[in-house]
Formats: sequence, structure tokens, C-alpha cells
Amino acid sequence: MFRTLDQAQHVLPDVVVEIDGHAVRCREGSSVAAVLFANGIAACRETAVSRAPRGPYCMMGICYDCLVVIDGQDNRQGCMTPVRQGMKIERQLGPRKVRA
Amino acid sequence: MKEKFQPRDLSSTGTAALAVVGAGPAGLAAATLAAQLGLDTVLLDEQSDVGGQIYRAITATPVRDRKVLGDDYWHGESLVGAFRRSAARHVPGATVWAISRNTTRQSRGDHEIAYSVGGQAKLLTARHVLLATGAQERPFPIPGWTLPGVITAGAAQILLKSAGVVPEGPAVLAGTGPLLYLLAWQYLNAGVRIDALLETAPPRALLRALPYALDFVRSPYFGKGLKLLRTVRAAVPVIKAVEGLQAQGHDKLERVSYSFRGRTHTIAAQQLILHQGVVPNVNLARAIGAQHIWNSTLDCWQPQVDSWGNTTVAGIGMAGDGAGIAGALAAEHRGRLAALGAAHALGYMDTARRDREATVHRRLLAKATLGRAFFDVLCKAPIEYRRPAGNTIICRCEEVTAVQVRDTVKLGCSGPNQVKSFLRCGMGPCQGRFCGLTVAEIIADELRIPVEDVGYYRLRFPVKPLTLGELASLPQTAASHEAVIRLPADQEIRLAQPEMP
Repeated sequence: MFRTLDQAQHVLPDVVVEIDGHAVRCREGSSVAAVLFANGIAACRETAVSRAPRGPYCMMGICYDCLVVIDGQDNRQGCMTPVRQGMKIERQLGPRKVRA
Repeated sequence: MKEKFQPRDLSSTGTAALAVVGAGPAGLAAATLAAQLGLDTVLLDEQSDVGGQIYRAITATPVRDRKVLGDDYWHGESLVGAFRRSAARHVPGATVWAISRNTTRQSRGDHEIAYSVGGQAKLLTARHVLLATGAQERPFPIPGWTLPGVITAGAAQILLKSAGVVPEGPAVLAGTGPLLYLLAWQYLNAGVRIDALLETAPPRALLRALPYALDFVRSPYFGKGLKLLRTVRAAVPVIKAVEGLQAQGHDKLERVSYSFRGRTHTIAAQQLILHQGVVPNVNLARAIGAQHIWNSTLDCWQPQVDSWGNTTVAGIGMAGDGAGIAGALAAEHRGRLAALGAAHALGYMDTARRDREATVHRRLLAKATLGRAFFDVLCKAPIEYRRPAGNTIICRCEEVTAVQVRDTVKLGCSGPNQVKSFLRCGMGPCQGRFCGLTVAEIIADELRIPVEDVGYYRLRFPVKPLTLGELASLPQTAASHEAVIRLPADQEIRLAQPEMP
């Protein structure tokens, strides 16, 4: 598990996002992956190959293990995407789906 | 009715004398000095704010108590301040995915940079390009390193700097290198409990490093490093010369196991934070075609650059850790040298002035790199963790194991590109960033040849995955559109008929 430091002073206002349907309050500008960690979600996806659970690993945009569905779009890098008010975040289970 | 094609406004295709890719210490220092010298400079960076990874979130970190992250972190403010006061333009959130030479007649050998901001592709034309793409964590392929709960030390620092997020519950740090101790020190400053620090460097590492100790003792690292080491060792159980490191658990990390002096130990853990040094980010430079050389001390590839950071590709320079690992302080001086090199190449200054102005930066660079040879040898990643065996996953994206690579080499595969075709390792979204080195080392191990003879994956654009929609959003000219469009029959362009006599 991870937590947010008590002494953390956020300069930006709070926003509310949805993670798998649950409303979560977080700081605007935080990355989606950091918000997942702060809310106790270590596994944000299941792999396309073996359906193994995975979570963010590098946090700097190179490992692609933080892929999530954001506002209906698959394969978004959680660590590179800042949260916005009303954003809908879902875990990505298996390979990305093609929507017609 | 179909909408008539309107060529996009090409004013969105920017131009610059110098384009810098990456806003870490090298990129910030280079862009600042270049702008001061009168070069029209654009700095493209993937993050929403400048600082790179080492000074990540320096303008907005929620960790305001300066003692937590330390003076070396806050030094980054001086770079950001100078950059903001310069005329250089900053493009945040820009992912560069291709750089190629403009081959149209009007261009003077300019480079065209394709990048995306928020899913919209754009082009920038620049006379000179400086890549300051920095470093990434060296792959640390141990059993279980793909389990949720296992992250890199770099990731842990980014969580701390950018969001003030830290481990809660049993946490173990493992590996080798100064960053591991720096992270432990920052965690202690923030009141975070660390259950164990497992050092993987073998006892003989110190013996090997001793010949380089004199420069280290004379360097600023010595005093600082010793203090940091003492603080961490006083507060955290440190176990040295750890072998057989493993992350264990079912759907997430539950335990860390290791062997020490032939006995196996297991500790409960919710977080395992791994680090065994950093290596240059080579993907963009390799796709451009820059020659790379193998650094046998640091066990990694680095681009071949001259003393001004020029790569083997005309008009493409590199500075900072991306051009070979030397640390954050060295990176800024290398950035300034590369800026002088670019200004000279573009005719903004003569050779005498370039060389004169470089003197101070060369002196500071020498000072910043003094003592690093000691670290480089002392903190070398042990072979066990660079050349894994058995069912350890080596390609995280395609879930390819070490034994699969070894068996494929035994079948006659002799290079990374062949192994890639056989097993798909390196074909996932990370494009080999977390398996390329391991695959090359395993092939070298199996064939008993040096890694430099094995080579690396052939990398191509785009160097980051992008959607077809993004690609289609590139600005087009009317001429480029008409070159491929099929017009309705009545509008078909007829070839001029020869006139009848």
C-alpha cells in the first residue's frame, strides 16, 4: 500500500474522479497512476498475453505497465496522464477492445 | 455531402533554429544558453512541467519541507529560473515520436520533428536538434519483478516528488547504486519506515573500485555520500551481498526472498523497490541512426558523441545522461557545451569564441565527474541480475522468459532482431526499453561473446506508440493532399492531349 504524506501541501485544488465507478478525491495535476497508488490500487490492468495482474512500474512513461481506460479510451498511460475533474478511470482487463 | 478538403493551417508547423528534446538538467541548461546566444530555441518535453526526472515537479511538488528532498534536488530551481527568464519557448506534454531530415528542395538540410500534444500530432522544423532524453532504470529481471507492488526506485522518487505518495506497510529496497541510498535517505526524512535494504553488490566490488578511490575522496561526493550512508545505515537494516533475490506472491507482492551466505531468508513485504543503476534512453537516437558504442564499465549502450555532443548524424546533438551516464550536475554542463556547439554550427559564433566560452563549462564538467569512476565500478550491476536464467520474465510486455531466449539462441538465433522475430520480445509497447539490454546480455552469455558483438534491436519510428487518428491529424499541405487523393470523374485531371496538326 501507499499513502499520501501528511505534510504534503498541494498548491492545486482538489478534483473528483471516478475509479471503476467509485468517486475519489485527488489533487488536480497528479498523474492517474499516482492517484491509483494513493488509493491502494497496485494493479491497474491484466496483461493481454496471460491476464496476469500488473501495476505501474517506472512512472516515467517508458514501461507501459500502467495502461488504463480513461474516459472510454483504452491503452492510456496512467503515469503520463494528469487527472481532471470528472475523469472516468477504469482498469484495463486483457487486450484493448476495438470499438466500432 | 462530403466536406471539401481544406488544407490545415500550416502556421501550426513551427520552426526553430534549435529544437531541444527533454527538459531535464541538460535540456534546460542547453535551451537557456542557446536562447541567450540569440538562437530561436524550442524545448519539447513529455511532462507537463520542466525538470526532467531528477528535478521532477520542482515547481509544484507538494513536499515543501526542503530537508526532505535535499539541497541537490532544490538546485534544480536555479535551472528552471534561468530557463523561464530566457526567450526559449517551452512546449509541455509533447511526446516526440519521429525526427527525420526534410528532403524538400526548399529545406537546407533542416530536421522535421513529429510530436503529439494531447493526441494531436504536430510538426516542428529545426535547423539543429539536441536530444536531452536522459536515462531510464536499468532492467532488473528477477523472478516476480512484474508483480504489482514491485516498482523502480525512480518510480518511487517520482511518486514522492510529484504527489507526496510514499509506501505504507512493509517496504524493502533492493539492488545497488547511489540512487537507492538517496531514496532511503529521502524516505527517512519524510518519516517513512523501511524494513530492509538489500544490497546486491558482491564484496569484491569494493576491492575492484579501490584503484579509483583517490579521485572519489577528493570529490564532493565523498563527504555527502558518507553522511548519507551513515544516516541510512543507522536507521535501516542493511544486508549486503544478497544473492538470489526474488519477489513472491500470488496476484501481488507478498514476500521478498534472498540468500545470504548460502542461507535463504524471506521477509514479508507489500512494496519492493528495485534499482541497479540507470542507462541512457537510446530509442530516439537509435531510430535516427546515430552510432552507439558499448560502455563496458557501465554495461550499457551510449551514443558516440564528440566533445560538443555531436552524434554521427549531421545536425543531431546529444547531451546529459542520454549521451552516457554522468549524473545531473554533469548533465547541465554538457548541455551548455552542446548549446555552444549548436551556436557555432549554425554560424552564431566563430570557433575562437566557442572555445573561449567553453572553458568554464569544461572545467565544471571535469569537477562534476570527478570520483564517478569509483561509483561506476563499486555499483556495477551483478551479472546474476543482468543475465537471468529459468522462467524469469525478461520482456515484460510480451511475457517472454530468460529460458525461452536461451533456448532460441541454442537453436541458432544469433542476434536480438532474430530473437525478436522468434519470440516477440521487444515488440510490445515499451519497444524494448525494458528487455533490450537483457536480451543482448543473454545472447552474449550463451554464445560466449562480448555484448558489443551481439548488437541491439533495430529501432524505428514512431518511437512511442501512437494512434492512426493522431497520425492522420498531422498538418498537410494542399500539394501533399492532392498527391494521393482520388478526384471525382468530372474533376479528373486530364493529361494535355497533343494538338492535332
